[in-house]
Amino acid sequence: MDLTNLTIPEIRSALTSRRASAEEIVRAHLVKIEERDREIHAYLTLSPERALAKAREIDHLVASGAPLPPLAGVPIAIKDVILTRGVRTTCASRILDNYIPPYDATAVERLEAAGACLLGKTNCDEFAMGSSTENSGYGPTRNPHDLERVPGGSSGGSAAAVAARLATAALGSDTGGSIRQPAAFCETVGMMGTYGRVSRYGLVAFASSLDHIGPFARTVRDVALVLRTIAGRDPNDSTSADIPVPDYVAALDESVRGLRIGVPGEYFAGLNAEIADNLQKGIDLLARLGCQIKSVRLPHTEYAIACYYIIATAEASSNLARYDGVRYGVRSTGYRDLREMYEKTRNRGFGAEVKRRIMLGTHVLSSGYYDAYYLKAQKVRTLLARDFVQAFEEVDAVVTPTSPIPPFKIGERIDDPLQMYLTDIYTVTADLAGVPGISVPCGRTRSLPHLPVGMQLLGKHFDEASLLCIAHAFEQAGGFAAGS
Amino acid sequence: MSISTAASSAVFAVYEPVIGLEVHIQLLTQSKIFCACSTRFGDPPNSNICPVCLGLPGALPVLNREAVTMALKAALALNCRINPRSRFARKNYFYPDLPKGYQISQYGEPLAEQGALEMDIGGASRSVGITRVHLEEDAGKSLHEGFPDSDEKSYIDLNRSGVPLIEIVSEPDLHSPDEAYQFLTRLKTLMLYLGVSDCNMEEGSLRCDANVSVRRRGAASLGTKTEVKNLNSFRFLQKALTFEIERQIEVLEGGGTIQQETRLWDSREQRTYGMRSKEFAHDYRYFPEPDLLPLLISESWKESIRRSLPELPHLRKARMMREYGLGEQEASQLTGSPALADYFEEVAKASGEARLSANWILGDLMFRLNERRQDITQTPVSAVALAELVSLIAEGTISGKMGKDILAEMFASGQRASQIMAEKGLQQISDAEEVGRVVRQVIAANPKQAEQYRRGKTATLSWLVGQVMKATRGRANPQVVQEALKKELGPSAPA
Repeated sequence: MDLTNLTIPEIRSALTSRRASAEEIVRAHLVKIEERDREIHAYLTLSPERALAKAREIDHLVASGAPLPPLAGVPIAIKDVILTRGVRTTCASRILDNYIPPYDATAVERLEAAGACLLGKTNCDEFAMGSSTENSGYGPTRNPHDLERVPGGSSGGSAAAVAARLATAALGSDTGGSIRQPAAFCETVGMMGTYGRVSRYGLVAFASSLDHIGPFARTVRDVALVLRTIAGRDPNDSTSADIPVPDYVAALDESVRGLRIGVPGEYFAGLNAEIADNLQKGIDLLARLGCQIKSVRLPHTEYAIACYYIIATAEASSNLARYDGVRYGVRSTGYRDLREMYEKTRNRGFGAEVKRRIMLGTHVLSSGYYDAYYLKAQKVRTLLARDFVQAFEEVDAVVTPTSPIPPFKIGERIDDPLQMYLTDIYTVTADLAGVPGISVPCGRTRSLPHLPVGMQLLGKHFDEASLLCIAHAFEQAGGFAAGS
Repeated sequence: MSISTAASSAVFAVYEPVIGLEVHIQLLTQSKIFCACSTRFGDPPNSNICPVCLGLPGALPVLNREAVTMALKAALALNCRINPRSRFARKNYFYPDLPKGYQISQYGEPLAEQGALEMDIGGASRSVGITRVHLEEDAGKSLHEGFPDSDEKSYIDLNRSGVPLIEIVSEPDLHSPDEAYQFLTRLKTLMLYLGVSDCNMEEGSLRCDANVSVRRRGAASLGTKTEVKNLNSFRFLQKALTFEIERQIEVLEGGGTIQQETRLWDSREQRTYGMRSKEFAHDYRYFPEPDLLPLLISESWKESIRRSLPELPHLRKARMMREYGLGEQEASQLTGSPALADYFEEVAKASGEARLSANWILGDLMFRLNERRQDITQTPVSAVALAELVSLIAEGTISGKMGKDILAEMFASGQRASQIMAEKGLQQISDAEEVGRVVRQVIAANPKQAEQYRRGKTATLSWLVGQVMKATRGRANPQVVQEALKKELGPSAPA
């Protein structure tokens, strides 16, 4: 039995049947990381002591016959923008190279309380700004399916870790597609709940009104199990919703027959032919499963990227002001006064993309430009959200490609920020509208080297259950299941 | 209190100053505005801190309801319109004691707007407009002095970071430094009554900036204004405004124009000076704070706070004049702080002697407190203790003169009046027989003066009273002494 290949229910049954201990499961992952992560570079920091301590705790529970918590012994990786008490958290930025947080993010706390074992922190684009994990201050992560290619981003490390069996599940963050796009590129399942569904407390802010924490796993059921654990109201996050969390796992087995699924033409116009082909097959499968396929309109989609890169950068310019070298993080040496200390610290500590976004964001908020950019973008955002509300009057979910292109080669797009930004074209809308989204594997491209394609499902506010249900039925129908 | 009018009355006839104040008031909540840390003043540096007020990565603000309640009290007492929906906004700037690189404040959609503060100016009632009242967080404190390595390092204390403030902005309705002083005094009194702040300028819980301009009297439009900062006492406010108004008039008279700028008051040099433009040329890039939901104030919340407002200063003054027969001046002084008014009412009720209580409080008690640089909340003489003293004086057991001495002793030892009297044998002698004995001794010892009185020189009587008082070390009741002398000496008539 390959302990790194197990799903969460399989881990549970291995533990309860005493076929494996939690410690063995964790060690198997640590060994695999040792073997494979040199080339993949999914992890920035490992926390074996913490994982093993939790595993032994679980093994004691097993030995004593006590009931096991829902994620007992599940090895999990955490994107390095999510705080872990006592474990270095860098946000893949040199400016936080030495930063050890004094507290855990709420999501991390909930995972551990549910018995999960935290293996370590995964690589990403610096402060989650990017779509390829190439913007990491510690070097890129490679796609486990093709080492020359990017794993997507910004949560590329988490997606790659799950895909390469270096973790059973992982947490990522999604601001403009940073969970769903790498999930698609690495042929895993990745989900972002409704804005407010999962507490952001302890998620290092990139763009507060768009940031989400969400899970990666190799099956929809595992994603549902992790989401159920981390979702729900947190008094430490004023924007977390006080809305009951349904049993996502129970929802998986409901019928999809008769569910109305919308296909927005705006997301398919001019689409890469191979991706379009896979998506069509995916939609056909949904129809065969009994879903009603309808065409819908999301007319403001074309403004989404522009709107997103104004709002996200505006908030980022403010959120990243605290990295000034005064209280924590790395302070540059060789300054003569305060101003120079700020300038040197931030100039040396931040990478090019982060600086570009801080400058963009500072510009769009500055006096004389605020109305033309930030305020206008907020209005567009309202219209985009209204598009979804109107579409969801006719359908229960919307299906789209996750990414307009398959995984590209490392270095291929890094010199053209605009091309890179356009990678997010199908994912940013859900962040802007605050609706939930999931990406499930949807086969591989026909041509060599047969790269993974992801299908995105978007749903109504707080209706994660329908998305999980549809994605699960799609996955179980088998045609495009992960690893096939 | 006016410093200005005498010095420059001539130019003031030509120019009219226009002043608006921006007042920051620290709220008396137990915990900070966005976290559970204590707001206690004077604790060791960086002891009341957490990830939120340190601005650590990943931390998020959660609004303290108590701070909103207090801000609403202030806004309602200032007759403001409460906005049912207001928003927090980020004010972005870099400073080492601002841990997030932005201050959470309110900008386009403040908590409350369009209020007014009623004042008496020169005996006439005037209403000064309140533009807005909004909530915000305080920054930390940079400590540039007092450490062995202060020449090369600055220290930062973040205990104050996240302490709740309200900013109250007045309309430019004030027209002299004296009016500005009175406005600020009024505002402070009001906040003390509401119990929302201790308004202690030394500890920084009341801070004030002023927008100042001058224009020719009768001119329709406003002159160019300057913003004067660093006014950390009531006295500085008046001095700085006087200086700044005179400076602006001088510039205009000399044919110059006023530069719109921020100027700092330098209390050592007694002048304002302009800050280099770099220091204040901020573009704060305000935008709505995405980490907090819009602040919604329900009608019922607002009304329940309105109902809970205490008796406000002007109403209390009117009631005290009516109820205790106090004069306008006395009532005004006694209602200057709620603690003083409470103290007075307690003394007046316990002694049953309102006017006498007022005299003693505003006279000897305040004198002794001022001498010790204390205010009424720190008085060593409790209201009950003072009431006892007032009663003793009222019923003639001791003289006013003795009362003064006893009060001094009460201040020094903390003892009650009755205790001090017993220990020092300070009972007033009102017994006619006892007084008569001393009176006879005094007449016998001063036959010449006694004779003068009998021949019609009535003024001599008071000299003789003095002698009796001297002989009794002030303990005799002067009224009784006078009666006894008249009786013993017989009629006074010209020969």
